Amino acid sequence: MAMNVGDMVAPRAAFGEAMVELGKQNAEVVVFDADVCASTQTVAFKKAYPGRFYQMGIAEQNMVSAAAGMSTLGFVPWVSTFAVFLAKRAVDQVRVSVAYPRMNVKLNGAYGGIPTGKAGATHQSVEDIAVMRCMPNMTVICPGDPYETQLAVHAATAFKGPVYVRTIRCPVPVIFDAAHRFEIGRSYRLHEGSRLTIIGTDMMTPKALTAARELDKEGIAVRMIHMPTIKPIDEAAIVAASRETGRVITVENHSRLGGLGGAVAEVLTEYAPCRLTRLGFPDCFGESGDNEAIFSKFGVNVENIIAAAKQAVADQ
Amino acid sequence: MKGLSEKDKQSAQRTDELKSICREIRRMIINTVADAGAGHTGGSLSEVEILVSLYFELMRIDPARPEWPQRDRFILSKGHASPGYYCTLARRGYFPRERLREFDGIDSMLQGHPCMLKTPGVDMSTGSLGQGLSAGIGMRLGGERRSLDFNVYVLLGDGECQEGQVWEAAMWAGARKLRGLIAIVDCNGVQLAGTVAETLGLEPFAAKWEAFGWRALTCDGHDMQEVVSTLAQAKQSAADGPVAVIARTVKGKGVSFMEGKYEWHGKAPNDDERRKALAEIEGSA
Repeated sequence: MAMNVGDMVAPRAAFGEAMVELGKQNAEVVVFDADVCASTQTVAFKKAYPGRFYQMGIAEQNMVSAAAGMSTLGFVPWVSTFAVFLAKRAVDQVRVSVAYPRMNVKLNGAYGGIPTGKAGATHQSVEDIAVMRCMPNMTVICPGDPYETQLAVHAATAFKGPVYVRTIRCPVPVIFDAAHRFEIGRSYRLHEGSRLTIIGTDMMTPKALTAARELDKEGIAVRMIHMPTIKPIDEAAIVAASRETGRVITVENHSRLGGLGGAVAEVLTEYAPCRLTRLGFPDCFGESGDNEAIFSKFGVNVENIIAAAKQAVADQ
Repeated sequence: MKGLSEKDKQSAQRTDELKSICREIRRMIINTVADAGAGHTGGSLSEVEILVSLYFELMRIDPARPEWPQRDRFILSKGHASPGYYCTLARRGYFPRERLREFDGIDSMLQGHPCMLKTPGVDMSTGSLGQGLSAGIGMRLGGERRSLDFNVYVLLGDGECQEGQVWEAAMWAGARKLRGLIAIVDCNGVQLAGTVAETLGLEPFAAKWEAFGWRALTCDGHDMQEVVSTLAQAKQSAADGPVAVIARTVKGKGVSFMEGKYEWHGKAPNDDERRKALAEIEGSA
C-alpha cells in the first residue's frame, strides 16, 4: 500500500495488508477470526494463507482459549475481532488462557473507540484500553495512523508475550513516513513548544497534531506527544512534559476513565504533579451517528483540544 | 485365577497395581489438603481413577522430559481439583512428592489452581471454569500443523459443563471432526453449593455431546478396569473425531463422610478427619 503523509487511509485496511506481509515473512503466524474478517480485514490473510486461517464462528471465548492452546506449540496466533468483544465478552479468556500463562498470543482489537460505521453504543469500545491496561503481562498498543499500524503489527509479533493492538475502522490521515521508527514503550514528539503539552494516542494523535499547528498560528506553542504504547507507558516523557511545560492535556478515542488520561494521571501524580485535562469520552455510552459528529458532541475533537489548550493558557 | 489365560492374569495384576496406586494417591490428597488447611478435596478424590489411567497406563509421556514435543497433553479444565492432579504428577515422578507440602503456600510452585509456568508437567494454566477444552482444541490445531500425532486429554467437571464456553468448544470440535481430542467429564454429580441436578441439570448428557458431533462413551469412573478400557477405546476412536467420556463418579470417593457431600467441595479435613479418612482409604479394597 503506497501511503503518503496526508492521505486518508483506514488503519484496519493497513492492518489487513500488514498481516498478509507478516504471513509471507513468518510461517508461524496464524489468524483466528470470529466471523468478522471482512470487517477487521483479516480476510486478505484468509485468501493468501487459507491453511493458516481459523474460522471459529461467532464464539469469541472459544477462539481466545484455542489460540492460547495453539501458541503452546510455538505458533504466533493473531486473534482478531472487535475490541468490544475481545476486551469484554472474552476478557476472562484473555486473562486466564492468555495473560496469566504469558502466551505468545496477539490480539487485534478492531473498531477501537467510536468509529464503528454507525453501529452505536454496543459496538463502540470505550473501555478496552482501561481493561487491557490493568491486566498483568499485557502490552497495549494504540497506533497513531495507518503506517504506524503496520509497524506495530510487526513489532508486536517480534515481541514475546501477549500484546493488544487497537485498530481503527475509519480512514484517518497518514502522519508518519518511512523515517518513523516504531518501538514498543516509546513516545514521539511531533510538535515542539513550551506553553503546555498535548498527549494523544491512536486516531486522536492526528487531531491533536492539527490542534497544535492551529495553536501555533495563534502564537501558542505547545509540545505534542504521540503515545502509541499505553502499557508500558513512556513515564520519562510524561515527567519531562510536566517539568518542562507545566501543564498537560490528554486526548483519546476512549473513556476518560482508565485509558491514556488515567495512565498519564498516575505518572504525573506520583512523579511530577501538574494540572491535567483529560479529553475523552465522558462516563456514558455512545450512540450512532457520523464519527465526527459524535466526537464533537462529546467534546473530543480538534476544536475541543484547541479550546482546552486556550483555557489552560488562560489559567496560567 | 483358575482358567484365566496368562494375558488375563497379567491384566488383572496390572489392574490391582493401578488400584493400589489410586489408594496411595488418595492418601496423598488427604495429607496434601490437610497439611495446607485448604484445597478442593471432593473433586480431587473423584478424579483419581481417571488420572491414574491416563498417567500410569495410556498417555505417551516422559516425566523426565515434561516439554517433550511428542508427548500427549493433559488439561485439568476443572482446575480446582489440583490436589488430585499434583499428587498424580508427584507419584508419576514429575517432581519429588515432598514438594506437595508446599501446596497453596506462599512462593509455592503448587498454586491453588494449576499454573503451567510454575509446575513441571502442567500443560495448561486453568482455574476459571470452561476454558480447558478450547485450549485443547488449539493444542490439537498446533499438533496438526506440526504433524505431531499426540492426543489431548481434557478433564472437565460436570458442573463445569454449565459454562457456555464448553459448548462453544464442543460445537467447533464436533463440526470440524477434530482428531486427537478427548474430553473426560468427571460426573460426580455435586458442585459447590448443591447437586448438579438441583443446580442446573445436564441430562440427557451423552446425547448433548452426540448432538454436537462427538462420540460419547460412558463408564463407571471408579471401576479401574472399566476406566482404563473405556479411555483406551476413546483414544482409539479419537483418530476419527472428538470423543467424550462420561465417567460416573462419587464426589469425595473413598472417604465415607465426604462422599456425595457438597460441603466437601472446597474444604480440607482437620486432624481428626484426616486420621479417619486415611484409615478408611487404607482399609478399602
